[in-house]
Amino acid sequence: MARTAPVRDFAPTVQKLRLKYAKRGRLRFSSHRDFQRAFERALRRANVPIAFSTGFSPHPKVSYNNAAPTGTASEAEYIEIGVTVECDPDRIRLALDEALPPGLDIVDAVVSNTPDFAARLEASEWHLEFPGVSTEDLTKAVALFMGASEVLVERLMKTGIRTFDARSAVVNAQILQEARTPGAPECAILTLVVRHSTPAVRPDDVLAALRRVADLVPPTPVRVTRLAQGPLAPDGQGVGDPFALDRG
Amino acid sequence: MDARVKGASIFHEIEALLPMVSKPIQYVGGELNAVVKPWEDAEVRWAIMYPDAYEVGAPNQGVQILYEVINELPNALAERTYSIWPDLEKLMREAGVPQFTVDAHRSVGDFDLFGLSFSTELGYTNMLTAIDLAGIPVFAKDRTSDHPVVIAGGHAAFNPEPIADFIDAAVIGDGEEAVLKLTELVQQWKRDGQPGGRDGLLLSIATSGVAYVPKFYDVSYLPDGRIQRVVPTNPDVPWRVAKHTLMDLDAWPYPKAPLVPLAETVHERMSVEIFRGCTRGCRFCQAGMITRPVRERSISTVAEMIDNGLCKTGYQEIGLLSLSSADHSEIAEMSKALADRYEGDQTSLSLPSTRVDAFNIDLANELSRNGRRSGLTFAPEGGSERMRNVINKQVTEEDLIRTVSTAYGAGWRQVKLYFMCGLPTETDEDVLQIAALAREVIRAGREAAGTKDIRCTISIGGFIPKPHTPFQWAAQLDHETTDARLRKLKEAIRADKQFGKAIGMRYHDGKPGIVEGLLSRGDRRVGKVIHQAWLDGARFDGWSEHFSYDRWMSAAEVALADEVINVDWYTIRERQQTEVLPWDHIDSGLDSEWLWEDWQAAIAETGVGDCRWTPCSDCGVCDQMGTDIQVGPTGVTVLPMPIVRPSVVN
Repeated sequence: MARTAPVRDFAPTVQKLRLKYAKRGRLRFSSHRDFQRAFERALRRANVPIAFSTGFSPHPKVSYNNAAPTGTASEAEYIEIGVTVECDPDRIRLALDEALPPGLDIVDAVVSNTPDFAARLEASEWHLEFPGVSTEDLTKAVALFMGASEVLVERLMKTGIRTFDARSAVVNAQILQEARTPGAPECAILTLVVRHSTPAVRPDDVLAALRRVADLVPPTPVRVTRLAQGPLAPDGQGVGDPFALDRG
Repeated sequence: MDARVKGASIFHEIEALLPMVSKPIQYVGGELNAVVKPWEDAEVRWAIMYPDAYEVGAPNQGVQILYEVINELPNALAERTYSIWPDLEKLMREAGVPQFTVDAHRSVGDFDLFGLSFSTELGYTNMLTAIDLAGIPVFAKDRTSDHPVVIAGGHAAFNPEPIADFIDAAVIGDGEEAVLKLTELVQQWKRDGQPGGRDGLLLSIATSGVAYVPKFYDVSYLPDGRIQRVVPTNPDVPWRVAKHTLMDLDAWPYPKAPLVPLAETVHERMSVEIFRGCTRGCRFCQAGMITRPVRERSISTVAEMIDNGLCKTGYQEIGLLSLSSADHSEIAEMSKALADRYEGDQTSLSLPSTRVDAFNIDLANELSRNGRRSGLTFAPEGGSERMRNVINKQVTEEDLIRTVSTAYGAGWRQVKLYFMCGLPTETDEDVLQIAALAREVIRAGREAAGTKDIRCTISIGGFIPKPHTPFQWAAQLDHETTDARLRKLKEAIRADKQFGKAIGMRYHDGKPGIVEGLLSRGDRRVGKVIHQAWLDGARFDGWSEHFSYDRWMSAAEVALADEVINVDWYTIRERQQTEVLPWDHIDSGLDSEWLWEDWQAAIAETGVGDCRWTPCSDCGVCDQMGTDIQVGPTGVTVLPMPIVRPSVVN
């Protein structure tokens, strides 16, 4: 007797929704898999009529796009879900946000009206805080980095250690000049606009590059937040709203 | 480092270390349904711990239940803490960061009470790490009124003697009412201006009978090393400390809002305890002996808890927990009604502990309506009929073959069978019978399934004699003989050309069992071994990659150098009826005469019936504890209405 998947009635997908969520505070330590499990439970708690795949182990129709690494906060993560009954995106957003733990927050939702969403996520804007590093030191290091045409870094991937260029994907790097309260500890701030490439250049790779070109070794871990993802602005200064087309 | 304010969050200190450790999410808390109460609003504050890694500890029902019970009190709060992996422990020691709770990231040393739930003795070294990291003196005698009262609970606490030097008290039995009583005592003591200091509080705990306080008992020894007697040192302290028994599970429907961890954990499901206790009378089973009598939760309460729990958690699996779930008087109605209710909802149902004889295929079909027939697990425990009579596991080979044949016939392809090795009176031949049984399972299974494509996995654990069981007097089998027997079994399976390839075998070597045996039946002198092993680096002893038998043995040699006894004396030695056992002053309700007679019956290979279906066998529990069996059926078949949830559709 061959194993065959049981015949079940699966309601078809009638609508797709795109959601934007944030990973904040201590929940930045959640991994992508942690988020997936939490999100799938939230779908059930919020009573979302999520569509399921067929087969032996049906799974909810959710697709994820380049998730921020574990330990990195984000204001702009994107997912797409399929539902079996037409839904109001605002109600979905509120219900899912309520069902997720605080720190994983659904911040925007639209009905998918356009194709090729993933391709629209061309670049990310990152915010890096360097506690214990002076603005002066960081400025010097970033200048060396941006002045180079190529900075090779290594990263351990599934296939082993891989060497790649961390420089060319960085479209823009700005040191934020913030007025510091007297007596407060030093904390330089850097914002980056990084084009999505293969392999993806992550803030960690830029930090490795800064160490390489300028021997910059922050005394405590750098706090990283992804501020935005979307189409790269023509002047390379930032990224646009990837939902703009869907909103029409 | 600045002086910390008591009860203040130290998350910023921990946060700085988290990017450098593996799986940081396990330390940040923020679980769905977690509770953080203001420090100042509580008069009595509990830190509760499951002394293992977060992924094992977070799903623990006991901790979740007590967490809710305490947090429901207006004047108390409870936060959770788990064992810290060596990578973070090292960083915390370097940075001077103490053991913290995951709820509000407060230092464990700031709490009034520090309760630890032990399902296994292998968590003892993790307790020492946590106490020490919390800045609490490891030995109870060195603590002052500024330190939390360290309280052990859980099944292992039925013999608290090996950890008597490290704990201030042990709660025996069900914890729900005990934590309420302890909270009350601490509250009163604080309101009264802490009369008598720390000892005053401990004495009030001891005299109330709510918990065992080791410091008020003196143990003396005979020249040959056996215990002479255990005597209370204060006239108001009871000679024996009785276990707590929660009656009426329907009145205690906890957990009401189970925690949903973000980190991956070992059980990710909505678990409901459908009954507590078991009277099957398996002689090796400590859980079955110490949790008597059977107290069922009604089908209505179970259904309400599941419906509410699924709403609050979003879990897609329901676990009906107990020591032998298919024994619930309404299991058929319950599983059918639940399968009906959640059909088409991608919610599956599981029964973690199922007996061969209580299992029927209708039940299995209800459990697999969603189409997954991955595997079924049964526990015959003994390979030969003779062995099963010794352990009082009343399952015949015929029962087993009939059940698994039906399962294979109904479409299951994989059956797992649990056995034990090293049982009292066991011979090589008894263990080799496991192979014969597995062969017969495959032979009959192929016939029933009409295909050769079926498998059977036998999983074998080493038997460890436990306190408060008829086998508490038995000699544990030495690890060399255990390993030799398992090798013979393995060879017998491999040599079988016809069926051997369809039979898998999983087992562990006998060494870890010797350490567990030492900790299970140890007395206060074993505390020195635990301390030495911990000093030598023992951590996470339940994890094979961290456990070291050699470290434990060398620690025992050092710690017991001045004693007339050794590890063998605690483990592979048979005890006589007259010997004072280290846990005799802990009252599980079981009559010592009954236990001894049951031990003699085991040797004579005769069985004892289950008091739910045959007359009472006078184990003593109900008389001693003023309890009674609570079983259905209630006759209810219609479940209460489900909760209606708001809609998000247009």
